[in-house]
Amino acid sequence: MADQDGRPVPEGNGHLVEVRNLSVEFHTKGGVVPAVRDVSWHIDRGETLAILGESGSGKSVSSSALMGLIDIPPGRITSGEVLYRGEDLLKATAERQREINGSRIAMVFQDTLAALNPVYPIGWQVAETFRSHGVARASANAKALELLERVGLPNAAARFDDFPHQFSGGQRQRIMIAMAIALNPDLLIADEPTTALDVTVQARILGLLKDLQRERGMGLLMITHDLGIVAGMADRVAIMNGGRIVETGTVREVFETPKHPYTRSLLDAIPGRHGFPEVAPSAGGEEPLLRVEALSKEYASTSGLFRKARAPVLALDRVSFTLGRGETLGIVGESGSGKSTLVRTLVGLEEATGGEATYRGGSLLRAKEATRQIQMVFQDPTASLNPRMSVQEIISEPWAIHRDVVPRENWRERVGDLLVQVGLSREHAARFPHQFSGGQRQRIAIARALALKPEIIICDEAVSSLDVSVQAQVIALLKSLKDEFGLSYLFIAHDLPVVRSFADRVLVMHKGVIVEQGTTRQIFTDPQHAYTRELLGSDPLLGASAAA
Amino acid sequence: MSGYVTTRMLHSAISMMGLIVLVFFLARLTGNPTDLYLPIDAPAEVRAAFAKANGFDQPLLAQFQTFLGNLVQFDFGNSLRLERPAVDLVLQAFPTSLILAGTAMTIALVVAVVAGSLAARNPNGVLDRFVNMIALAGASLPNFWLALVSVLVFAVGLRWLPTSGTGGLSYWILPVMVLTVRPCGLLAQVVRGAMISALSSAYVKTARAKGVKKRVIVFVHALRNAMLPIITVAGDQASGMINGAVVVEMIFGFPGIGRLMMESIQYRDFAVIQAGVIVTAAAIFLLNIVIDLAYALLDPRIKHA
Repeated sequence: MADQDGRPVPEGNGHLVEVRNLSVEFHTKGGVVPAVRDVSWHIDRGETLAILGESGSGKSVSSSALMGLIDIPPGRITSGEVLYRGEDLLKATAERQREINGSRIAMVFQDTLAALNPVYPIGWQVAETFRSHGVARASANAKALELLERVGLPNAAARFDDFPHQFSGGQRQRIMIAMAIALNPDLLIADEPTTALDVTVQARILGLLKDLQRERGMGLLMITHDLGIVAGMADRVAIMNGGRIVETGTVREVFETPKHPYTRSLLDAIPGRHGFPEVAPSAGGEEPLLRVEALSKEYASTSGLFRKARAPVLALDRVSFTLGRGETLGIVGESGSGKSTLVRTLVGLEEATGGEATYRGGSLLRAKEATRQIQMVFQDPTASLNPRMSVQEIISEPWAIHRDVVPRENWRERVGDLLVQVGLSREHAARFPHQFSGGQRQRIAIARALALKPEIIICDEAVSSLDVSVQAQVIALLKSLKDEFGLSYLFIAHDLPVVRSFADRVLVMHKGVIVEQGTTRQIFTDPQHAYTRELLGSDPLLGASAAA
Repeated sequence: MSGYVTTRMLHSAISMMGLIVLVFFLARLTGNPTDLYLPIDAPAEVRAAFAKANGFDQPLLAQFQTFLGNLVQFDFGNSLRLERPAVDLVLQAFPTSLILAGTAMTIALVVAVVAGSLAARNPNGVLDRFVNMIALAGASLPNFWLALVSVLVFAVGLRWLPTSGTGGLSYWILPVMVLTVRPCGLLAQVVRGAMISALSSAYVKTARAKGVKKRVIVFVHALRNAMLPIITVAGDQASGMINGAVVVEMIFGFPGIGRLMMESIQYRDFAVIQAGVIVTAAAIFLLNIVIDLAYALLDPRIKHA
């Protein structure tokens, strides 16, 4: 028997791809680490299965095994079968696996800038899928161009010979998708395909994947940590935790009647499920802590001896807002909206080209040194904590600069207090950042920000790189610290549900301009500006809850 | 691109001017040539005549002025020792050094790229350990020792090759071989490291998922990305060699720029020292510009605008 493409149809009631009792472990210096244990799932043509899990859950391991991408050693497959149309790929020769990769089973990766070869033109890279499976160069190029047009790459013909770094993240993901669907695979695996993208771009890419699946009838395996993507895309879902599948079923079943406690905790952790935060009515007439008026930042062009000047870029265009005492102001916007420039200007990392920002009436922009009352927590705790400094050194470092805050003999004691306040323990002070998980590192960063007893903490995408359940914990921590110390937050995020559950008021930024501001309830229930509506409509979870 | 080359040329010209000043005065710190070229008991008037004839009686700054004046007309002066135009001597010796360096570098690069890439395919495998060991030994062997031992073995012992001097192809074999070993060992280690990191990159994973053949992954996807650190080190080694492989040229009596410079310094032959330094410096500046252009050619993310 054969299907319409002349490919053999598996015997009996076999699935397109079936993983049976797969166990994989990794042999490292620290000993044997099990990656997945006894994992089983299956997928058929035309079907979408989501494997949902947080980082370290082993959600990518079985698909890597399917494509022969697990390096052995250090990896070792201890048991199980990986069947493609009844053929166990774990027993396939390297050449057989190569034939299947890219033609029958294809994969789209997360970090497209790293996943595309930086030194070859994108057209060449897409055509390579054809060439590797026996298509002649000239017709491979023609077909590649056709594909790039199909996936909606603007100006595909003119940009055929451009390089990956010359495209935006969304465009690069389209290129990756073109590369993967080139030979009409039976199964497309998408491993966190939109994690690095803005919400509106994410919505378009997910739409493209859905269209292509419908058009070609392929199976689609989505590997993700994002419940919203599962809700919006998948027919069935397998939820992984600690290397095991803890629950599996149709998306509706799992979302409505979760059986496993882990699934329930995941669903509970979705921000914004518990309504809007209560906004304390602001005491009338009280002077705001932070007042920003018509703040502008223009990046002037630089010209060299042999270089022409480029047009200046207006990153911030007359931005005005206030932040009251004890208030949480959310700033949302996509990459390039100017939200990070705003923060950098406020803390003195960039010089404003116009406007004014005052803290308690004093100018922030003309101050000789940045005020210690405004502290920052950055997005990537791995990069923002010095790997060679112990937690003790990291947290006490500000006191070496501002000597009057804590006398040196009390440093150890005070660092311990701060660690306890952020939910760690005193013993953690002697350790180094790499010994902590992402969420714990962000707690350390928060402790460092608290060290100088600030009134305002600026969180620049502070929870963006964290898993959902960890995100919920860090947000809860920020909330309790706010109540305890009367802190105000400037909370910058591209993740709308998080902002919805945490902020009192929201600013929406687009291309350097504040297009809309209001209370969180106003913005999320009655957006006025078209861009705000697009932003809200693009978020799969908000979209789903609005539809429900 | 042409704008970039012009800028680099200008930068090089500024460095060259500094170098010219430096080499003029440093050479004169070695002492007065008159004492070397005339017998110890030469009468004072003979000495005065020698100094006058060669301009050594002038104040240093006046000498420098004359030197610069001649230099702009590409007149480097005459060799005291050989009584021929200094620039002729340099231009006669330089190609020999260039060919020696070029051959050695080419062999080193080819061997290192092949051995390093093969080793990187399976880190800590048998081949990798073997390549690593040989490469480390090669990079650590001192030139002079290797030169002397190879003369002892291949020329004196086995009588396969001439000990030193110039002539047919057989005279080139030992110097080229000795000169190849060190850069080859060093480069093999660099190639191995760069290839291991390139082969563990995300784009190689993508290529594997596309079903690209292993050979293409190694030599097309990974190698092109690994080339940047490789040519950086190769360029560094090559400029060292253009300077003259002094030790090798001295031991093998090879008439290259290194030997010429050594002798000229011993004889305080200022004109030849100056001409030699300026010509080799120009060649090294040129090499560096070529390497920078090669970067841009290999990696589209590097733009020399």
